[in-house]
Amino acid sequence: MSGEFILKGRLWVLIENGKLLSDIDTDMIYHNAHLAVTDIDEMGQFAFGNLEGYKDFADKAQPGDLVLAGDNFGSGSSRQHAVDCFKALGVQAVMARSFGAIYKRNAINSGFPIIELPDLHDDLFSQFDMAELNLEAGILSVGENVYHGNPMSEVAREIYLAGGLFQYAERM
Amino acid sequence: MGRTLIEKIMSSHGGGNCHPGDVVWIDIDNRTARDFAGASVVGNLEKYGGDFPIADRSKTFFTFDCNVPANTIPYANNQQRIRNYARKNDLKVYDVDAGIGSHVVIEEKYAKPGTTTVGTDSHLNIMGSVGAFGQGMGDVDIAYAFKTGKVWFEIPESIKVTLEGMPAEGTEAKDVALAMLRRFSNHELLGRSVEIYGPWVENASLEDCVTLSSLATEMGAIIALIPPNEKVLDFFGIRRHEAVYADSDTDYLEEYSLDIKGLEPLIAAPPSPTNVYPVSEKTDVKVDGVFVGSCTNGTYQDLKYAAELLRGRKVAPGVMLKVVPATRATWAKLLEEGLLKDMFDAGAIVSNAGCGGCASGQIGMTGEGEVQISTSNRNFKGKQGRGNTYLAGIGTAVASAVFGRIASIRELKEVR
Repeated sequence: MSGEFILKGRLWVLIENGKLLSDIDTDMIYHNAHLAVTDIDEMGQFAFGNLEGYKDFADKAQPGDLVLAGDNFGSGSSRQHAVDCFKALGVQAVMARSFGAIYKRNAINSGFPIIELPDLHDDLFSQFDMAELNLEAGILSVGENVYHGNPMSEVAREIYLAGGLFQYAERM
Repeated sequence: MGRTLIEKIMSSHGGGNCHPGDVVWIDIDNRTARDFAGASVVGNLEKYGGDFPIADRSKTFFTFDCNVPANTIPYANNQQRIRNYARKNDLKVYDVDAGIGSHVVIEEKYAKPGTTTVGTDSHLNIMGSVGAFGQGMGDVDIAYAFKTGKVWFEIPESIKVTLEGMPAEGTEAKDVALAMLRRFSNHELLGRSVEIYGPWVENASLEDCVTLSSLATEMGAIIALIPPNEKVLDFFGIRRHEAVYADSDTDYLEEYSLDIKGLEPLIAAPPSPTNVYPVSEKTDVKVDGVFVGSCTNGTYQDLKYAAELLRGRKVAPGVMLKVVPATRATWAKLLEEGLLKDMFDAGAIVSNAGCGGCASGQIGMTGEGEVQISTSNRNFKGKQGRGNTYLAGIGTAVASAVFGRIASIRELKEVR
């Protein structure tokens, strides 16, 4: 899976009353009650454990899933857990209109793909659509429905290819 | 063309002639990790650190502040794992007695104006208060900084905010920060470096600057940089030419002015720091608990003010007032000045220094339906327990503790 630029998977659309959920902070993604966990494999069970409407995400998520949200995904704390919990579940990528700054770094450094889709409409995609995400081009498509977002940045691309920041550094 | 403050700091730390959008490798002066995520930093270093996991011991240290002393076994295990690693590698640990790491870094004068600091605390951009760069990062980034002394950094666009006029008497730095959150929410400054100017910041104390910069994270900004004023320069014992300032002919992405003339105290209602109201509109809300402390409002200046307001007064029956000094040095001063007694006599619970009400339960969490007034920086759902948290300054917090409902500093002063 790692190092691929075309990701295919089932789409989780994080939505409430027809609006993509914005400002999903790191406590909603991975609650501070579980911060002492250091084993990545154990983090998956807590993913979205504090996000109203999606508390059963960890049970229902399948390896290969893609996640889609609104603005400012991952705002809040610096916890790496909020990225690692998705890796643990085999989620392939998170897409959002925008990301919190620290979250963005953490994802890039872990080699976990995140793609920004600015100005994305709320009603383009449906729950569990089968989607294709082109990381290099920043394009999300479901059948005929195609949305152009921001391509992966160069640094993100290189760290992703290496499989993480440390692995990237070894190649420098 | 002139250069922004962030560009100048990054240029002097290996960033060269950098511009917004450039990804550069920057030299980090202070590389820190907390008890939270610190154990994962250690894990990364053990896995990837090789024979030389620490680039420079004198610039690298751990600060325990999240869960101090540990009240869960996993936290105790993590702290001990860090201690063992630090002993083995001869690294300094500011242990469970020291207080909030971001404040220790300033107090100990590691984070001088123009320097760079990273750590596993999302409020490390508090260094903006002294015109320095700071950023919270995850454990991978921080482990990398421990090993190499560097991190990659994408130079952000800069926005200049000028605060026009002076607020009303009794209005605090926290209220100014809440006024910014009310104006810019958490989207307008997202991913930007914000420089703050105007007569209020020119006259603000170091502690006021800390409060304002600490809310940059909630504004979505990378950092809120305040050009060091005379008080800040005096604290570090340096002169103007030793600090870093933006050039006068700098072209910013945006320039905003925000009128704070006559600003009255504000309060952020749950569930977001951007959900801001005048305190006077919320005075019918009954209060169960009040928390005074955090990296936003836990300095000696803040707690001295709280103690002076509490002197000769009592916390309302049935209301908890929890106080957590930011650092051990703050605690010591409160003790020496007799201010702890004022708080104690009024009915306050005072704990040891640390991140108290924000992190996992050092001084208690809130229960379902519980209303808490907090001087901290986050009131997201579930952040401090199951209850409803309102964010406010010291005056509002203390007045609310005394009245048992949300109350303004003006009301408190009228009843004396």
